[in-house]
Amino acid sequence: MNTNNKGFLGRLRALGWGFAAMLFIAGILFWGAFNTAMEWTNREAFCISCHEMKDNVYQEYRTTVHASNRSGVRATCPDCHVPKEWVPKIIRKIQASNEVLHKILGTIDTPEKFNAKRLELAKHEWERMKKTDSRECRNCHNFDSFDYAEQGRRSSKMHQTGLNEGKTCIDCHKGIAHQLPEVEQAIGAPKEGATPEEFHPPTPKPEEAKPEADKAKG
Amino acid sequence: MNKPTFNSARLRATALAMTLSMALAQTFLAPATAVAATEAPVKLQSLRGADIQASDPEGDGTRYGRDQPPLPRDFVQQPPLIPHTIKGYNITKNFNKCLDCHAWARAKETGATKISVTHFKTREGEELSSVSPRRYFCNQCHVPQSDAKPLVGNTFKPGTGMR
Repeated sequence: MNTNNKGFLGRLRALGWGFAAMLFIAGILFWGAFNTAMEWTNREAFCISCHEMKDNVYQEYRTTVHASNRSGVRATCPDCHVPKEWVPKIIRKIQASNEVLHKILGTIDTPEKFNAKRLELAKHEWERMKKTDSRECRNCHNFDSFDYAEQGRRSSKMHQTGLNEGKTCIDCHKGIAHQLPEVEQAIGAPKEGATPEEFHPPTPKPEEAKPEADKAKG
Repeated sequence: MNKPTFNSARLRATALAMTLSMALAQTFLAPATAVAATEAPVKLQSLRGADIQASDPEGDGTRYGRDQPPLPRDFVQQPPLIPHTIKGYNITKNFNKCLDCHAWARAKETGATKISVTHFKTREGEELSSVSPRRYFCNQCHVPQSDAKPLVGNTFKPGTGMR
């Protein structure tokens, strides 16, 4: 790194300050163009420009609270599916080249094909959210700012116990913006889809944590 | 975008055909109806006060109240009421949102009321080890509440044993 730098600087000096300034400006322009292009692919309009998204997941999302609500504040596709931080964003964007490949291959280009893949695709998103402690949810929903008195009696209770147990948003809030794949719920014939353990990942119950909580009460 | 328009055009065509055939039928049956009309002019009146042809008076929109503890029942065998909002709670082929809390496996964690054991029985009376598929659509019987003004007054009193 250092030796390279030295050689680079030496060469720069030889070429003169004018060239260095030009290089600097070119850098800014390149960076600006790169960023603009990346942000251009980070819009709802871009996401639903392919019919795989527009005809399937976007239609399901339109009636949910993240798309249409009292005050009109929205969370669009990239708000949940693309990280805000630069490095994770670039990593996700590179991974998205796989999605471009499958767009070309037409892997999910009919609703039937999409639904056949729904479980797998949903599992990928659940896993991604779980790994980052639901980072994209928490870009807006800061649970340090939860006012439990304002929440309903059910949500207030579940949020407090869940967060104390170390749960993350996606552990419970699955299928909030899109339809769910088949989920086994012990009704009728067994379903092929997500198992109860996948749908509600068991919280690693720290054996010592529980008696402590009881002690604190007593 | 084109397809729905085409469909609705077809629908309109079907509706037009139906109106035409009804009009034809009426011309043939007209003498009979005319006689009936002159004999007994019946004045229809709906319980809800609106004209029989008109649609029900519009409410000011249903809004669910805040979550409540379980509500009392008013008659024997009444399906328990839903004491919370069910906005956005979908029951689809893939997933039943109600069961996500009220299933026996979930009720302890969520603090929800467990599904009644009566729901484990099939139409033929056979006891299953899981909820009977005929009970899948919860809100066919269980309904949420709002404090909407009743459209018609009534004098119903809860059963003596339920008060």
